[in-house]
Amino acid sequence: MPVWLNILIDSIAFGATFMFGSTGEIITEKSGHLNLGIPGIMCMGGAGGCLMLNLIGTSKMPGFMIVMLGIIASFASAALMGLIYSFLTITLRCNQNVTGLTLTTFGTGLMMTLMAKATQTKYLNIPKKYFRFPFADRTDSLQKLGVMFFLVIAIIVLAWFVLNKTKVGLNLKAVGENPSTADTAGINVIRYKYLATTIGAGISGLGGLYYIVDYSASGEAYKSLEAFGWLSIALVIFALWRPLRTIAGSVLFGILFSFSSYITLIPFIETTLKTKPILQMLPYVVTIIILIVSSIKNKKENQPPSSLGLSYFREDR
Amino acid sequence: MEEKQIALEVQKVSKKFGSIQANKAVDLTVYKGEIHVVLGENGSGKTTLMNMIAGIYFPDSGKIFVNGEEKIIRSPKDAFDNKIGMVHQHYKLIELFSAAENIVLGIKNKEKFDEKKIVSRVEEIAHRYGFSIDPKKKVYEMSVSEKQTVEIIKVLYRDADILILDEPTAVLTPQETEKLFNVLRVMKNDGKSIILITHKLNEVMAVSDRVTILRKGRYIDTVETSQTNENELTEMMVGKKIELNINRSEPVNPRPRIVCENLCCKDKDGLPILKNVSFTANGGEILGIAGIAGSGQRELLEAVAGLQPLTSGTIIFHNPKENKPVTFFHKDLKQIKELAKEHKFHYEDGTVVDLTEMHDKEISNLVNEGKLLFYEDEIMNLRDKTPLQIRELGVKLSFVPEDRLGMGLVGNMNITDNMMLRSYRKGGSIFLNRHKPQDLAEHIVEELEVATPGVTVPVRRLSGGNVQKVLVGREISSSPKVLMAAYPVRGLDINSSYLIYNLLNKQKETGTAVIYVGEDLDVLLGLCDRILVINSGVVTGIVDARNITKQEVGYLMTKVLDSAPQTETTQEEGGDVNEA
Repeated sequence: MPVWLNILIDSIAFGATFMFGSTGEIITEKSGHLNLGIPGIMCMGGAGGCLMLNLIGTSKMPGFMIVMLGIIASFASAALMGLIYSFLTITLRCNQNVTGLTLTTFGTGLMMTLMAKATQTKYLNIPKKYFRFPFADRTDSLQKLGVMFFLVIAIIVLAWFVLNKTKVGLNLKAVGENPSTADTAGINVIRYKYLATTIGAGISGLGGLYYIVDYSASGEAYKSLEAFGWLSIALVIFALWRPLRTIAGSVLFGILFSFSSYITLIPFIETTLKTKPILQMLPYVVTIIILIVSSIKNKKENQPPSSLGLSYFREDR
Repeated sequence: MEEKQIALEVQKVSKKFGSIQANKAVDLTVYKGEIHVVLGENGSGKTTLMNMIAGIYFPDSGKIFVNGEEKIIRSPKDAFDNKIGMVHQHYKLIELFSAAENIVLGIKNKEKFDEKKIVSRVEEIAHRYGFSIDPKKKVYEMSVSEKQTVEIIKVLYRDADILILDEPTAVLTPQETEKLFNVLRVMKNDGKSIILITHKLNEVMAVSDRVTILRKGRYIDTVETSQTNENELTEMMVGKKIELNINRSEPVNPRPRIVCENLCCKDKDGLPILKNVSFTANGGEILGIAGIAGSGQRELLEAVAGLQPLTSGTIIFHNPKENKPVTFFHKDLKQIKELAKEHKFHYEDGTVVDLTEMHDKEISNLVNEGKLLFYEDEIMNLRDKTPLQIRELGVKLSFVPEDRLGMGLVGNMNITDNMMLRSYRKGGSIFLNRHKPQDLAEHIVEELEVATPGVTVPVRRLSGGNVQKVLVGREISSSPKVLMAAYPVRGLDINSSYLIYNLLNKQKETGTAVIYVGEDLDVLLGLCDRILVINSGVVTGIVDARNITKQEVGYLMTKVLDSAPQTETTQEEGGDVNEA
């Protein structure tokens, strides 16, 4: 395999982490809720999944069952975080930014504690092979892209379809654009908000499990998860709130983020420990540029949902 | 009269918001196939009543019957299920969606989301009632009247038989209004019931079958349009005059203080909100501004205060300077020399000052000794000046805005710190000096009987009336030359209201030009010297408050005029009153 293809597939596999995170966040933001708890939620998704694998990873269950249970546990623990966020911001109408940041701090800390107790050999070594297709041996690329990668692609396509081609999507977008309009049109605003934030959080959480077990498969992986949560939120802006664009965006972010590692392959360019962090901030720089460009163009379709960050109460005067 | 079926009946419905009774035991009966107007002033509870029928608010008590059956309407969806649809005053549309998407939004049925089918049904409805619409056009590209069409079709698409339109004509041109009325007549002949909220009497007479009048949240009467006339309706709408016990003194030496000419400005959607507004506010006099809410009162005050950009017009401030000495406080030497060339100054004996031959030092001495006096009031142009620039010019302008905690005070700061908002620029040191503001705060609390545990309490925790007292107290404390107050007694009890009226009167007696925007006509008639009536951004009259009836003001508030030839006549009217 040529080097560039290798780099590309590696970036795609790496970028899938962001695909989970930002697809979940897009669904959440479409309902008008800016969930800054995504880093914490991804951590908790990772922790939940890994703890489940820690329990069953060495058992005699069939491989697909282990994978299924891991994914379900991961989704459920992240969705639980989303539910806490929903209750605070939708029912109690707390400030969304503060709530989100609190959840990030809480989720990251809790994961560190939980993961320290899990046994690496149980949740990593054996389960990893179940996350690959049985016929993965035939090509190198399938060795890198496992079950969860195709899961996220399916989720993204499904999200795109629901948002653009169904009534449910139309209603959800209406809730995020103008909840009082949606309410007068007879849409159950509270239910849409709850479902979107909870499901969105669940999907984001899967990114944590994917990164720890599937992509990196290292005992230290969970420590860098929070950073990828922030990148996922940046990616939502990069993708201009469109699910399909997150695929391209994730791959680009993947390339940019691991740019510092590949640059050593190019002769004449020397990297030192000092320049590496500078290169690692490239994705954020790109996000800022995208923000500037999209706000200068000021095209209505490329703006965030109009009521993003605002709480809604019907009898407000 | 032929027998008519009752489509909607509302019995003794009441609703309270906090301490405000928005509706009290209101009745309403609407027949099938009629256009029924609900008429009333601001705050008479029309929109609240409609919102209860449409399921936005839930009534505290009372019953609603649809086609003879009692119904409980808890949400907009319940209203749709009972075939009731409302077109709100502020359109409830998603800007990003196309017309068709907005129309089907929220409809629950088994049908799939099929754009072609929706578009063809929308076109069918449009054709039937004589609308013109492009179902695929995005709402943000639409004009106001197109948006309204989408709203109406949205309701018709849900097969509504009872249509509520909340002030549909407020934003339309006369031609568009006529078009809308034609559509409404077609709907009426189709057997639909239409409830129309408006306060334009000519429209009531033109289109309605029956009229229900509300006043201050209470039901007054329902009359047949053919059996009544505009005067009768106005009288029912504004009610009999109530004598108020406000001590109104005669204006002292009224001289022009703020002169506005042909003010025009536009709102954020680019629609004209003030059209050629001209008026003069005199010192030592209270000028009242009357009008239906949202007629441009707010913009007018903000324009004078330097907060609202103007598209055209002039705002002139006459700084009272006659026979006052020139100082270096507001003018530097160069400006003084310039003004002297225009013969703006005189000596105590009345001879004109000629500074051309003098040395700078001599001029400085003259000024410092106070020997140079202004001939006439100093004239300043306030147009396109920011509030800070206005203050730096030395214009003492105070503004009590409508939105107390939004524009007037900072809710989370205490009374003392709120006093400092007006004065912090005076301090020279980088550290805060709270002594003076604290004295002022304590003075205001004592003088105006503000109910508060102390001056260190955040303003947000005070009740509405006390917040207003703090704000008015602060604005008056700077002994302004112009005091503008927008709805200063809104939400206040009787005693606090009188306290505010007396404060305004005291300001007037000290020669301040007071501009008072109010909604209660009795207060306007009892407090003000002159009243400017504004309707949809057009001045419909400037009248003498002592010799006018409530009905006449009410009529001016609802009278429709074209903006163009209007301004000259009002100026004359204003002038006449001045001379009288």
